[in-house]
Amino acid sequence: MQFSESIFATRFNISRQDLENYLADALSQGGDYADLYFEYLLTSSISIDESMVKSAAQGVSMGVGVRVISGERTGYAYSDDLSPEKIKKAAHVAAHIAAGPSKVEKFGLNEGSRHNLYPVLVAPTETAFTERVDLVKRADRAARAYDSRIFQVQAAYADNLRYVMVATSDGVLTIDRQPLARLSVSALARHNGGSPQRGHAGGGGRVELSFFLNEKTPEHFAKEAAREAVTMLDAVDAPAGEMTVVLGPGWPGILLHEAVGHGLEADFNRKGVSAFSGRVGQKVASELCTVIDDGTINSRRGSLNVDDEGHTTQRNVLIENGVLKGYLQDKLSSTLLGSNSTGSGRRESYAHIPMPRMTNTFMLAGESDPTDIIRSVPKGLYCVNFGGGQVDITSGNFVFSASESYLIEDGKLTRPVRNATLIGNGPEALKYVSMVGNDLKMDEGIGVCGKEGQSVPVGVGIPTLKIDRMTVGGTA
Amino acid sequence: MELLDLAQDVVKRAQAAGATDAECTISEGEEFSANVRMRELENLKEAGSRGAGLRILIGKKTGASYTSDLSEEGIQHMVKSAIELADITTEDPHAGLPDADELGSITGDLKLYAADIEGLETALKIATAKRAEEASLSADPRISNSEGASFDTHVGRHIFANSRGFSGEYRSSYCSLSTVPVAKDGESMERDYWYTMARGFSGLESPEEVGRIAAQRALRRLNAVKVETQKVPVVFEPRTARSLLDNIFEAVHGMSIYRHESFLAGKLGEKVAADSLTVVDDATIPGLFGTSPFDDEGVPSRRTVVIERGVLKSYLMNTYAARKLGMKTTGNASRGLTGNAGIGHGNFFIEKGVQTPEQILAGIPNGFYVTELMGFGVNIVTGDYSRGAAGMWIRNGELAFAVSEVTIAGNLKDMLMGLEAIGSDLDFRGSVAAPTLKIGEMTVGGK
Repeated sequence: MQFSESIFATRFNISRQDLENYLADALSQGGDYADLYFEYLLTSSISIDESMVKSAAQGVSMGVGVRVISGERTGYAYSDDLSPEKIKKAAHVAAHIAAGPSKVEKFGLNEGSRHNLYPVLVAPTETAFTERVDLVKRADRAARAYDSRIFQVQAAYADNLRYVMVATSDGVLTIDRQPLARLSVSALARHNGGSPQRGHAGGGGRVELSFFLNEKTPEHFAKEAAREAVTMLDAVDAPAGEMTVVLGPGWPGILLHEAVGHGLEADFNRKGVSAFSGRVGQKVASELCTVIDDGTINSRRGSLNVDDEGHTTQRNVLIENGVLKGYLQDKLSSTLLGSNSTGSGRRESYAHIPMPRMTNTFMLAGESDPTDIIRSVPKGLYCVNFGGGQVDITSGNFVFSASESYLIEDGKLTRPVRNATLIGNGPEALKYVSMVGNDLKMDEGIGVCGKEGQSVPVGVGIPTLKIDRMTVGGTA
Repeated sequence: MELLDLAQDVVKRAQAAGATDAECTISEGEEFSANVRMRELENLKEAGSRGAGLRILIGKKTGASYTSDLSEEGIQHMVKSAIELADITTEDPHAGLPDADELGSITGDLKLYAADIEGLETALKIATAKRAEEASLSADPRISNSEGASFDTHVGRHIFANSRGFSGEYRSSYCSLSTVPVAKDGESMERDYWYTMARGFSGLESPEEVGRIAAQRALRRLNAVKVETQKVPVVFEPRTARSLLDNIFEAVHGMSIYRHESFLAGKLGEKVAADSLTVVDDATIPGLFGTSPFDDEGVPSRRTVVIERGVLKSYLMNTYAARKLGMKTTGNASRGLTGNAGIGHGNFFIEKGVQTPEQILAGIPNGFYVTELMGFGVNIVTGDYSRGAAGMWIRNGELAFAVSEVTIAGNLKDMLMGLEAIGSDLDFRGSVAAPTLKIGEMTVGGK
C-alpha cells in the first residue's frame, strides 16, 4: 500500500506536506530526531461460555504519538484526535524536551521498499460476524464431544486490524496494514465429582479467516485443550529440586524468550543493567545453541513488515553456537551505541514510547532424534505445555510455569505431573543444554509479551531440548 | 456536550435503535510522566485521551462496542455496531442490567481527587524524581547504577449511565514516585524498587525515604545463594503477601465460582483458612485506591467480608454472577469501556494481626522470608501453587543471608489453613494490602 491510498490520506486528509510540517513543529525547539506514529485500530471479540455466545464486542480507536529525541532524552506526547490542531499541539508538547537550534537538516519523506509478510486480502476483522461466531461454537462442541469428563468449556475469538503510518525526520515514511487473529479454548475436566483440572490451547497469526477453516481449526484447539484437561486428571505431585528437564518442541520456546531474549534487549544493555551486559563475544550457552529473533516469518503472530519506528524487520542472530552475537536494537539505543537498528523498535499503541522488543524468538534445530533425547534420561521431567514466564533481567533469574509435563523414568514417559514452575539463570541455564532435537517447531500463535506495562504479540519456538540441570518447583 | 449528557444521549439513541436496555461508559484522562536516570532527565510524556463504550441488550441478547471518536459520526457508528452484534449472541436468561432498586451511589466526599496535582510545575516533578534516585545512588557505593526514577500523575473522569435511570460520574487523581536502583558487588548484580503513591502530591512520602528503602532492598539481595530443597516455614513480607490476596480474589471471583473453576467453589460457610484470617473488600474507604462511589454497573460501593476468622462468608460478584448463583450482587462489577461487566475488587485486604514482623521472625529457627515472587504458577482451579522466589534465609529468628533462584510450592488450600501468623504491619500502598504473613510449611525448591 502506498501513502496516497492509506486511510490516513484518504479518510483523514493528511498530506506528505502535513507530515513534514508536524515533524518540523516537533523539532522546533531543537533535538536530534523526531517521529510520528499514526494508528487506526479496529478490534472485535466473541466469546462462548456454557455453550452460549455471551459476549460480542467491536470497537475503533485511533491516535498519533509524537516523539522527539535529544541526546539521551525523549519527549513524547499523543493525541486521540487526528485533527491538525491536536497533532500540532502534541508536536509542540513533545518538543519541550529539547532546547536549542534543531540539528536536523531539511528532509523529504520517502517511501522505501518493504516486506509483504502478511498479504491478507480480506482481514478477519473485515468478514461477517456470522462466520466468526461459528469458530467459538465449533470449538465448544468439539471440546465437549472429546470426553464425557469435560464439563466446562470457554472459547474466545479475537481479531484486530491495525493501520500504521510512521514518518520520521530521517525521511522515512512507511505504511502498514497489520491483521491479527487468535482463537483460544479452555476446558475443565472432572472425574466422578473429584477435583477439576484445566486444559488450554489456542493459536492464530496474521492470517485470513480461512486459516481457522483449513489449517488450525476450532476442533484442533478444542481437542488439544480437552486432552490436556483430561490428562491432568491423573497427575501426581511434581518433583522439587534440580534435575534433568526435557522441553518439548514449540511453545516451550518461552524458555528462550525469558532466559535470553529480554536480557538481550539493547535498552537494558546500554544502561548496563542486564545480566548479559558487556558479554557480546562470550559463551553464554552450550555450542549446540543458536538462537534467532526473526520478525520476517510469513503470517506469524510476532512478524511485522516494518517495526513501530518505520524500520524494516529482519532476522537477527542473538546467540550462535553458544556465543553471544548481539542485542535487539531500536532507534534510540542503536544511535547511542553507534550501531544499527535491528528492526526491533515496538510499542503497544500510539500512546506508548517504542523500545527494543522481540518478534519471533527460536532456536535452530539440532541433530538429535527426539525419542533418543527422552530415552537418554534416567530420571527427569518432560514439559510440553506452559503458562507464562517472567525474568529479572538484572540478576538473570527467570521462571516459566509448566502446565503439562510428565515424569521421565528410565528413558520413558510415565505419569503426568501437576503444575510446576521451573527456575534458572539466563546466562547459565543454556550452558546445560546437552541435546538439541531435529524437530524445530514454532508455537501456534498465542504469545503476548509484557515489558514496562506495554503488551505486544510475539512468537517463540524450539526443537526438543535436553537441559541437564534446572530447578523444578514441585512439592514431591 | 457535557460527557454525562453524552452518555445519557448514547443510551437513548441505543433504545431508539431497538435496544431494550443499554449502558454507556465514558472515561477521560490526562497523564504525565517524568523519568530520570543517572541524575539526568530521560523521558517526558504528556497526553490526554478519552473514549466511550456501549453495551446493549435486545431482550436477553447482548452486543457491545467502543470508540475513541466522540464525534457525531463516531457515536452513530458505535451505536450501530453494538446493535448489530446482538444478532450473533445467544439468549441468556441471566443476562441483564441490575434491578432499578439495586442502582445508586454512596454519598459524601470519598477524597478520590486532590486538586494539588494540577498545575504542578514540570521542573518540580523532575526534581522530585531526581531526589528519589539521588537518595538511592548516594546510599551506598555498591549502588553504582540505576534504572532510574519516575514521577507520574494521572487525572481522570469516569461517567456511567444506563437505561434503568442511573447516571453518575466521579473524578479521580493519583500521583506516584518510584525508583529502581541497581546494586553491584563483584559478579553479583541485583535490582529492586520502592514507591509511594497518593491521590495528591502532598500525600506522597518523601523522595529521600523512597530512595533509601529502594537502595536497602537492592543491597540486601546481593550475593544471593541457592539453598537446598527442603520443607520450611515461609514468611511473606507485605509486598509479596499481597500476591496471595490476588490469588484469594481470583478464587472468590463470582465467574470462577459458577464455572467451578476455583478451589473455593461451593465452600461458602465452610472453614477455608486459619482462624486468624479475615479478608475484607471495602470500596468505601475515603482516599484509598480501590474506592469509588458506584461500581461499573451503577451499583453502590460497599464493604463485604469475604473470609471471617477462617470461614468463607461471601464471593465477590457482579449482577450476572450473582444471578447465576442465586445471590445478590456485591457491587463488584468492573469493566473497561465496553463488554459484559467483569468482576473487580475495591480495597481488598487482610485485617491486621497483633505481632510485629520481628516477633513473627523471632519464632523461626530455619525458614524463608520471601521478598520477591516471579511467574504465574498458581492454578486457581486446583489451588496448586508453585512460583519462583527470592528473599532472605531466616536463621534463629533473624534474616541471615540472601537467597535467589529458588521456588516455593504448596497448595493454596493448605497454605490458607496453615497460616500461623499475621503481622500488625498493614499498609495501603495500592488497592490490595496485606501485612506480613507466616505459613507453617512449604516446599522450597533449590539445589
